[in-house]
Amino acid sequence: MSDKTIAELAAEHGGFDPRIAISFMGKAGHGGFLGMDYVGHGEDWVELSIDWREDLVGDPNTGVLASAVVISLMDNATSMSIWTKLQEFRPQVTMDLRVDYLRPSPKGAKVFGRGYCYHLSHSIGFVRGIAHNGNLEEPLAHVSGTFIRVGDRLG
Amino acid sequence: MTTPDPRTELLPPYARALDMVITGLHNGAPLIEMPFANKVQGRPGFLHGGAISGLLEMAAVAAIQHALHERGDEATFKQVNVTIDFMRGGVRQTTYAVGEVTRLGRTMANVEARAWQDDPAKPITIAYLHYLLKRS
Repeated sequence: MSDKTIAELAAEHGGFDPRIAISFMGKAGHGGFLGMDYVGHGEDWVELSIDWREDLVGDPNTGVLASAVVISLMDNATSMSIWTKLQEFRPQVTMDLRVDYLRPSPKGAKVFGRGYCYHLSHSIGFVRGIAHNGNLEEPLAHVSGTFIRVGDRLG
Repeated sequence: MTTPDPRTELLPPYARALDMVITGLHNGAPLIEMPFANKVQGRPGFLHGGAISGLLEMAAVAAIQHALHERGDEATFKQVNVTIDFMRGGVRQTTYAVGEVTRLGRTMANVEARAWQDDPAKPITIAYLHYLLKRS
């Protein structure tokens, strides 16, 4: 995956399409290792998922997923929610993320992450998100964070 | 390559899958190393923030386990939350991480975990973690 490719794809499709972006972001690098899939999106949100897998376990005694799997999932979902709200790809990096773990993600359960971009300034994308196992009403983690644009800023 | 510490065997499957290795102690807490590889890459040429966070969480857990063991405390612990500051991009080289238990109380523990590449004084990412302690 390259920044240019996402930008080119966005241009070809008249805007950023998270479904197309995840089709390769979820196959390459860390996203590929975790096996991230597209679930859905709206104007300002993107939902992704990761299947439970033995080698993603954080506690061998219980089989619960490593909590960092949830961080990676939410990092990508919230990051993509910014491009989705902008309707274009622009380079950005994560400035900070906070994750509150309400409960573990149990053995065998697929984990879903929905990221929302609730505000965009010239330089900063403000995001929040919820991780769950299939029912948004039963969250396993709440996330909030900020991304900073690198290079061109919104004028 | 540095010789892995026997404690590496205690790392969970997630850490082993990303080739994390405990190589000794740094400032009195287990030092964990993670090699750069495609499976920890985010944007091209840079570490994925989630993979760095994973390394920091492992360093934090190892630091608490070590601190509890040092004082003969048999408490178990559960992570409540984490705040992560991403300060510099992680490039194509080995990343090091160590946790510092800033407070080990009766009911909770505060841990600060730092990751760096060339220079421990120039962290690429710092995580602040809270753990709930349980004693039977």
